[in-house]
Amino acid sequence: MSSVVSPRRQMVGPMPQVKKESLWTRMKKSWVSYAFVAPFMILFLVFTVVPVLLSIILSFTYFNMLEWPKWMGWSNYIRLFLGDKVFLIAVKNTLLFAVITGPVSYLMCFLFAWLINELQPKVRAFLTLLFYAPSISGNVYVIWQMLFSGDTYGYINAQLLNLGIIDRPIQWLVDPTWMMPIVIVVSLWMSLGTTFLVFIAGLQGISASLYEAGAIDGIKNRWQELWYLTIPAMRNYLMFGAIMSITSSFAAAGQIQALTGPTPTDWATWTVMQHLLDYGNTRYEMGYASAISVFLFVVMVGSQKLVQRALSRVGN
Amino acid sequence: MAFRIRKKRLSRSTGGDIVIFFFLALGAAFMALPMVYTISQAFKPLNELWLFPPQFWVRNPTLANFNDLFVLMGKSWVPITRYLFNSLFIVIFGMLGNVITGSLAAYALSKHKFPGRDIINEIIVLSLMFTPAVTSIPNYLTISWLGWVNTYWAVVIPQWQWTLGLYLMRNFITAMVHDSLLEAARIDGASELRIYAQIVMPMVKPAWLTLIILVFQNLWRETGSMFIYAEQLKTLPYALSQIASGGIARAGVSAAITLIMMMVPIIVFVFNQSKIVETMGTSGMGGE
Repeated sequence: MSSVVSPRRQMVGPMPQVKKESLWTRMKKSWVSYAFVAPFMILFLVFTVVPVLLSIILSFTYFNMLEWPKWMGWSNYIRLFLGDKVFLIAVKNTLLFAVITGPVSYLMCFLFAWLINELQPKVRAFLTLLFYAPSISGNVYVIWQMLFSGDTYGYINAQLLNLGIIDRPIQWLVDPTWMMPIVIVVSLWMSLGTTFLVFIAGLQGISASLYEAGAIDGIKNRWQELWYLTIPAMRNYLMFGAIMSITSSFAAAGQIQALTGPTPTDWATWTVMQHLLDYGNTRYEMGYASAISVFLFVVMVGSQKLVQRALSRVGN
Repeated sequence: MAFRIRKKRLSRSTGGDIVIFFFLALGAAFMALPMVYTISQAFKPLNELWLFPPQFWVRNPTLANFNDLFVLMGKSWVPITRYLFNSLFIVIFGMLGNVITGSLAAYALSKHKFPGRDIINEIIVLSLMFTPAVTSIPNYLTISWLGWVNTYWAVVIPQWQWTLGLYLMRNFITAMVHDSLLEAARIDGASELRIYAQIVMPMVKPAWLTLIILVFQNLWRETGSMFIYAEQLKTLPYALSQIASGGIARAGVSAAITLIMMMVPIIVFVFNQSKIVETMGTSGMGGE
């Protein structure tokens, strides 16, 4: 065993490969790596990749789940942009919603994780639980429905009436002026989820010696420390968080529907995802629903590329 | 001076600490509202639950709701412990499988160089951005073709390819595990499986503890209604929602159920968070 260089070193190590080797030889040498990836990748192909490809194909068809899909070319996409006014409203709403909640929730996750990380371990664990609470509780909307209830007993209405600021109750969740702002606030409040936990865990993984060395190198306050030490060390997690923010803000539907109902006034809080679910789960127009999901996918990938470019400049 | 550096990092001002603490306490109080409300609801007697206007705090706390719940559970046609077993089976196997397949693949995708790696990495990031809403029909067909309808596997196995888990593990492995350490182990003759199990996984413990929390939350509320029809295979959330939906008089019972359903993930969460803090403390990598 103690003989020469282990063959594994050539398989996986970062050693420069001889250019002459054919792809097949290199693949055979990497069999260990493929074995590691295989269990996940086989399931991933079956349950994600193939269904996604099928749904992209379906987006060019008419498919009502009873008859065999009918090929329609681009007509679903043409209908989306030229024949479906509600969809265009949904696009506008979704963009507004995503442009606000995406970045703000992302910054909130980072800010709170960073501040909490400064505390004693016990306090830190307790505060993490409290901040994460809306993600665990399962009935988060009830509180907001009580607060924004449209009658005089609604908590906010009652307070405003008492103070004499308004003279009759505001229909918070029915009046289009207020619907979108409320939905945005509630979504932000709920947004300390996966990203927040990942940031907390990531911050804990940064070694203390990095900060000790930084202090010796002349880092003066927590802002310098944040910019020069913490953020560069967090780069991998920051990208993860960005993708989470993008997907949750562009695909928002559940919390919005719970607040403003299945048919919001004037479509004021109707989002692309709600439109998709409406066509997919209620009307069984799977071809059209697939076209919407492809559109959503393209938008999300586009914003992910933009964010990736921006993040590569941060902390340098 | 050296003593103080140990106790506290140099770059901190006490004033700043106090401001931050109050800011956090205020935020936390606001965030904890739904949790406090759930607890308060569960102890309200029926007349307080139907009070109008609704009250936030309970005035005459009672255990009646839990009593009623246990009586109803006892009357269940399929014993309630069976539903609990079903839920635990799905949660535990879903979680284990997800952590194992995800971290194995994440290690190779992060630290090995092999043909196709970059494409796989790219596809995984892209797949995070495709909404699962439209893939449920092909998945249903696949699962029934495999004969998994009416088995736990219909819920458990798709969880094993949860891309988010892999992506999370990969980012942590890239950030926390240094190549030099792996090189040293390889020169010592350690197999890749051994490196994965004995070096990589212990180092990224915060990552898979976090992943466990996320998967647990996913699966704990799983009703499995899409694939599981046999009554004795149904899950606890399904059984409890059946009990809760038995009419207006069940409002108290349903408040008790909400609290119980919430407590379990909280216990898992607290346990995992304390483990995360513990690892970082002992391995000398953490903040304190």
